[in-house]
Amino acid sequence: METRVQIVAIVATGALFLVLLELVRRRRLLERYAILWLVCSVALLGLSVWKGLLNDLAHAVGIFYAPSALFVIAFAFVLVLLLHFSVAVSRLADQNKVLAQRVALLEEQQRAAAKAAPGRFRQPEDEGELREREPAATSPGGYE
Amino acid sequence: MISERACLAVVPAYNEAATIGGVIDSLREHAPAFDVVVIDDGSTDATCREGLNRGARVLRHPFNLGIGGAVQSGFKFALENGYDYLVQVDADGQHDPCEIPKLVDAMEEHPDVDVICGSRFLADLRYVGPVSRRAGIHLFAFILSRIVRQKITDPTSGFRLYNRRAISLFARDYPHDYPEVEAVLVLHYHRLRMREVSVRMFQRGGGRSSIRSGKSVYYMIKVLLAIFVGLVRAKPVVEPGDEAPVVASHGI
Repeated sequence: METRVQIVAIVATGALFLVLLELVRRRRLLERYAILWLVCSVALLGLSVWKGLLNDLAHAVGIFYAPSALFVIAFAFVLVLLLHFSVAVSRLADQNKVLAQRVALLEEQQRAAAKAAPGRFRQPEDEGELREREPAATSPGGYE
Repeated sequence: MISERACLAVVPAYNEAATIGGVIDSLREHAPAFDVVVIDDGSTDATCREGLNRGARVLRHPFNLGIGGAVQSGFKFALENGYDYLVQVDADGQHDPCEIPKLVDAMEEHPDVDVICGSRFLADLRYVGPVSRRAGIHLFAFILSRIVRQKITDPTSGFRLYNRRAISLFARDYPHDYPEVEAVLVLHYHRLRMREVSVRMFQRGGGRSSIRSGKSVYYMIKVLLAIFVGLVRAKPVVEPGDEAPVVASHGI
């Protein structure tokens, strides 16, 4: 593998690794989701540093130009990550549904309680929650 | 009609302010034993206010969840408030509350049956609808009848009466987008029994079907996929004591 390609690969994957660490440190990325990313960046970094391994790997699967093996591996990781996110989104959608249903049930309970003992509970009607959610009329001022 | 049981009519509604009042009034008149709960599935019109004004209880979703989520809220409500029977009635006036006593009678007559489904096609009552929709319904009916080894004529009908067992099953797990067809499968996998009764249905009085023409192809594919995935799914529904269906993490 040509040295320039190797340097670019090392810099890019090294930068990715550092960005990931920083995101986790600042708690912008949950460890749960960071693990897969870290594994991915470490593997790519390892392959770009360790030339022989990449060459052997490329040779074993019949790829003539070793750095393109790096792309194949990176692409595989991207696919796995996307799948991972689809799973995560599905889970969030499920949780979201359960929460919305719970909110609706609680709101109804509260409305019933408020009806049974007026004054002891905040009436949801008081805050205009039962008004239709109409789009707001065009504001006179605007942001000009 | 035995009225000592606690009965609940669930009316899922998404922007049905025009017709919901009539449906509630009709329920009061023809099925007085039933308490009415409207599931306002994130409507942007006066659906919620109409429901409250007519004296129904209203569960109001903070945003639109789709028909599956709406009906499931009804099951949860029925479970938590100890209802024995739940009937689902569409807010667009398609289902005729006059037919509810017929469903209840069928349930009382067959104590081993958990769900009574109102069917448009059981007797030839000349349901007129778009040809494509009728063709789709008959295709689903054919496939489902083979799978559950029982004749199903109207798998997309939402006009159903559920007993306590079915309520607690569906409060735990009810299909998402177009749930009626899949619900038949879920019942089958849990050894719950369903029976059809012939009913009359109206053309919808207003609003729009959750299945619009442009989406009907998507609907067909999605439901067929759901049917075949359901066939191979190892464990369709979580039983009490199992791991929760929605947990913080399944590992990576």
